Amino acid sequence: MSVDTATVRKVAGLARIAISDGEAEALVPELNNILGWIEQLQEVDTSSVEPMTAVIPSQLRLRDDLVTEGDIRDQVLANAPQAEHGFFAVPKVIE
Amino acid sequence: MTALTDLTVAELRDGFRAGDFSAREAAEAFNGAVASAKGLNAFIVETPEHALAAADAADKARAAGEAAKPLAGVPLAIKDLFCTKGVQTTAASHILGGFKPVYESTITAKLWDAGAGMLGKLNMDQFAMGSSNETSAFGNVISPWRRSDGGNAPLAPGGSSGGSSAAVAARIAPAATGTDTGGSIRQPAAFTGICGIKPTYGRCSRWGVVAFASSLDQAGPMARTVKDCAIMLEAMSGFDPKDATSLDMPVPAWEAGLSADLKGKRIGIPKEYRVDNMPAEIDALWRQGIEWVKDAGAEVVEVSLPHTKYALPAYYIIAPAEASSNLARYDGVRYGLRELPEGAGLQDMYAATRAAGFGKEVKRRILIGTYVLSAGFYDAYYNQAQKVRALIARDFDNAWEQCDLLLTPTAPSAAFALGEKSADPIAMYLNDVFTVPSSLAGLPAMSVPAGLDGQGLPLGLQVIGKAFDEQGVLNAGLALEQRAGFMRRPERWW
Repeated sequence: MSVDTATVRKVAGLARIAISDGEAEALVPELNNILGWIEQLQEVDTSSVEPMTAVIPSQLRLRDDLVTEGDIRDQVLANAPQAEHGFFAVPKVIE
Repeated sequence: MTALTDLTVAELRDGFRAGDFSAREAAEAFNGAVASAKGLNAFIVETPEHALAAADAADKARAAGEAAKPLAGVPLAIKDLFCTKGVQTTAASHILGGFKPVYESTITAKLWDAGAGMLGKLNMDQFAMGSSNETSAFGNVISPWRRSDGGNAPLAPGGSSGGSSAAVAARIAPAATGTDTGGSIRQPAAFTGICGIKPTYGRCSRWGVVAFASSLDQAGPMARTVKDCAIMLEAMSGFDPKDATSLDMPVPAWEAGLSADLKGKRIGIPKEYRVDNMPAEIDALWRQGIEWVKDAGAEVVEVSLPHTKYALPAYYIIAPAEASSNLARYDGVRYGLRELPEGAGLQDMYAATRAAGFGKEVKRRILIGTYVLSAGFYDAYYNQAQKVRALIARDFDNAWEQCDLLLTPTAPSAAFALGEKSADPIAMYLNDVFTVPSSLAGLPAMSVPAGLDGQGLPLGLQVIGKAFDEQGVLNAGLALEQRAGFMRRPERWW
């Protein structure tokens, strides 16, 4: 499988990374080089194997449904580029 | 008297307890070494006041007759992937510019509780993505080592824990934390002539460690000796309810359990690790290592790990896929950088922020990860890679029927010059050929310095163990360390 400029643009859009036309063109051979290399995995017969889900077998733990921390609004907001009235502020979403 | 900065973690701890020097004297000596080593660019932030405060607390406790904590008197350097309360933490990326966590990672909290102090935050490959420390937004770390050919070409300290390896090798920190996703502790340790261990997946809590690929990320120590690694790993390990994959098991007394006697141990030599184009010096060192473990009493057997060649391509699907998901959190809303072009809406802000904040290699991996997870490709790439990963883990399980540990080289070459491989991502990825398989299987593995190549640069040997058998790995590492007698250190030029 290989990508073209349109695919690179689509993937960059999904990843929310702005790219210029020049960057998109430069990325086509770069990504195809890597994708061509990982393509060799297709030759492995995996018909009898389940995909791995955990490297070390473990069971997900449940904890008691209790509040363990809270009341730290100002700490949560401390690193925000823009915080207003106790909220994260973003550009207008609805016109 | 030996300079305090020449002491190991064990010597600093024991010398402090014996009253040979104060913790403040040790902290001041290392603070001074850090301040005079700017040429290495190993640190992003220096925190001499943190080291001094911990030292003063240790001195005060000693004066009051209290029992010394496990790491009292020992200052440490911390990879910038660990969140440290009130101290800038960026993962060496612009996108976390100015980020000061309001909390402490579990591992650093454990180290401070054990009495250690912090010298500063170490430079690294951006988001731990790299094998040469050339992807940092804060500039390259320069290895303290130079080739003996008289050329002064700046060399890579390895990566991603390149600040850690450079700082420990240059003796500006007695030990450092590292993290290893596909070899990021072991390869830089090998490149700089120090030790480093990646424990079993889940031993060290990932809570408060900036995430790269969560099913692979595992922290561990880097230090000059095997014993120091055991001491550090004991302090860093332990169950943490805040990490869903943390191992709920007691932490063994690894330091007390150290023994270089390998009688009764079977050590496997995986034949697939004899890769094409392996330098003769590395092959010779590997053979030497085989003789050393035999000398220590081990029986050596040849084993086969048939899916080894597929480990790297599987890794370069799984790790970018997980990274693309983990790094979705950098959106310019909650922390770090925000780019807001004139008149931009929310979506434009996300895209502009991420374009400006992430480095080239990070973007490349996010795009690969997004592609392999996208509709129509998920089965062919991601699912296939996870199936191959299961086969790689099964290879190790089969090998354990014939042996207890595996011995391999750590990296396929000695340190290369900065810029030598940065134009070809795949050439760079191939550096991790010997370290990635054990990462994919979650196994403990360590690198020990074992010799020098023809240009006077360090080479490492790797020991891989069964899950939870860090003791076996450390013991084989100790047997190699004693026989290699690696005493070389880089000559100071910085």
